[in-house]
Amino acid sequence: MLRYTWKRLLTGLLALFVLVCVTFFLVRLMPGSPFQRGAVSEQVVEAIEQEYGLDRPLTEQFAVYLGNLLRGDLGVSYEDPGTRVTDIIARTWPVTATLGILVLAAAILVGTALGILMAVSRRKAVREVISAGGMLAAGIPSFAAAILLLLVFSVRLKWFPASGLLSPAHYVLPVTALALYPTAVIARMTGNTLAAEMEKEYVLFARAKGLGTGRIIFTHALKNAWRPVLNYVGPASAYLLTGSFVVESIFTIPGMGREFVGSITNRDYTLIMGLTVFMGTVVILVNLITDLLGAYLDPASRRAYRRADR
Amino acid sequence: MRETVCQFIRKDRQAAAGCIILGVWILLAVLVPLFWPFSYSEQNAQIQNQSMSLVHWFGTDKFGRDLFARVWFGAGISLLIGMTSALLNGVIGILYGAVSGYLGRGTDLVMMRIADVVCSIPSMLYVILLTLVMGAGVKSMILGLCVAGWADMARITRGEIIRLKGTDFACAARMEGISPVRILFRHLLPNAAGPVLVNLIFLIPQGIFTEAFLSFLGVGIPAPAASLGTIIQEARSQMLLYPYQMVCPLLVLCVMMLALNMIGTALEKKVKA
Repeated sequence: MLRYTWKRLLTGLLALFVLVCVTFFLVRLMPGSPFQRGAVSEQVVEAIEQEYGLDRPLTEQFAVYLGNLLRGDLGVSYEDPGTRVTDIIARTWPVTATLGILVLAAAILVGTALGILMAVSRRKAVREVISAGGMLAAGIPSFAAAILLLLVFSVRLKWFPASGLLSPAHYVLPVTALALYPTAVIARMTGNTLAAEMEKEYVLFARAKGLGTGRIIFTHALKNAWRPVLNYVGPASAYLLTGSFVVESIFTIPGMGREFVGSITNRDYTLIMGLTVFMGTVVILVNLITDLLGAYLDPASRRAYRRADR
Repeated sequence: MRETVCQFIRKDRQAAAGCIILGVWILLAVLVPLFWPFSYSEQNAQIQNQSMSLVHWFGTDKFGRDLFARVWFGAGISLLIGMTSALLNGVIGILYGAVSGYLGRGTDLVMMRIADVVCSIPSMLYVILLTLVMGAGVKSMILGLCVAGWADMARITRGEIIRLKGTDFACAARMEGISPVRILFRHLLPNAAGPVLVNLIFLIPQGIFTEAFLSFLGVGIPAPAASLGTIIQEARSQMLLYPYQMVCPLLVLCVMMLALNMIGTALEKKVKA
């Protein structure tokens, strides 16, 4: 376990470094100067570039950037020099994180429940409806779901407010829009693995002992069927972060996704870079934590880091 | 092989439905831009924001462009991006995973760690940065999708190859003195076709989804060309007045994704059984 932890940590750090490199050099490769606009003269642009250190050699800039990163300094926004990128993150991250956690919780709860229902229901109709619904939910892109929900439930029916995050009712539509896809994935996973678990001998034995189906599922089978769901939390967090780009701009939620979309349209390079590095780091961390947790719970998965020579 | 494909489609209703819908969608995406009386980019101030009619089946948008022509042109672009990126990712991933799994030992270790690193950064971020660097367009979109998309495929292929490497027939082939390359491509890979194919099919909707998503954000396909994502994005500013402008491309996109997912799921079930 210790060796696995070290190796996994090392991969995580390497991924972080690659993320920073890729972001830095790609942003520097972007055509045009971020300060070139309208009738600004050549001299002014050069002066500003000098001020920001953009005239120095690329390697030197990179070293400076790395040094600043290590001190937790992501620079100032080019668009709005009064604001630090870290301030923007501090302001927007809680909003996006709350939304993400709510979505994840909803997806896990509903998805697991539907999965159990799909695995144990004796009625064919129930199973068919859940699996068809799952395919439908997985086929709708998050932005499409968000727009349709907005059109139907807040414009036509006026059940829920359309923008902002002032009351719990404001959360309903964005959370639903984002949760559809992960819920469908989790339901399918739990359904499949649980159905396989229910065929195994230990379940048969528990039955012979006289345990009820509910007891068998919740104390025995679900524990084993839950592993793939844990593995899915990493990719799900990546999905949620990128999903927040559109859902936040559709529902006008003042979160990180909307900030990122804004930084792209404004070509605000420091902000793009800072937010990319931050979001990438979050996803890498979530992946790291779920992998370590998975390895702790299931020794067999540590084998992934051993050599495959036979 | 051809016979089993036909049999599979005939037996599985879900796969059949998916294939038929996908076929109709591809046909429409090819034929509508060729034979439809209106072009996807021609603007006409006289017919702005018309609702659905017999002349303009999906109505017209705010510049008076025929939406039926635009939607199917866009569906074509979306399908093109999805299929090309899936194919490229498939080829790269299969080769990478096969080599890694077959060589084993240190090579495998290094190659899989590289794949892990590539994989652990959300791919959407690469794609956005790349489209910003190279300028928006079909090419940069496909390239962006290929930066990270192959890693999952590589992992699956590697797992299969490692499993097959230990089988008796692989051992027998080695004892016969057949070259490793031939063993890999003639004996091992065909046996790994099932799971690999399933993953390949699922890569298509993923690519389409990413493209629509980015076009919706405004960093995808530039005007006057259109993909389903851009058409939806353009309709957003007046979605309360003319919801049909948004609903039509949305439905076309959703049905396309659904058909691909249906084929994929049916194939997955078949491979597992």
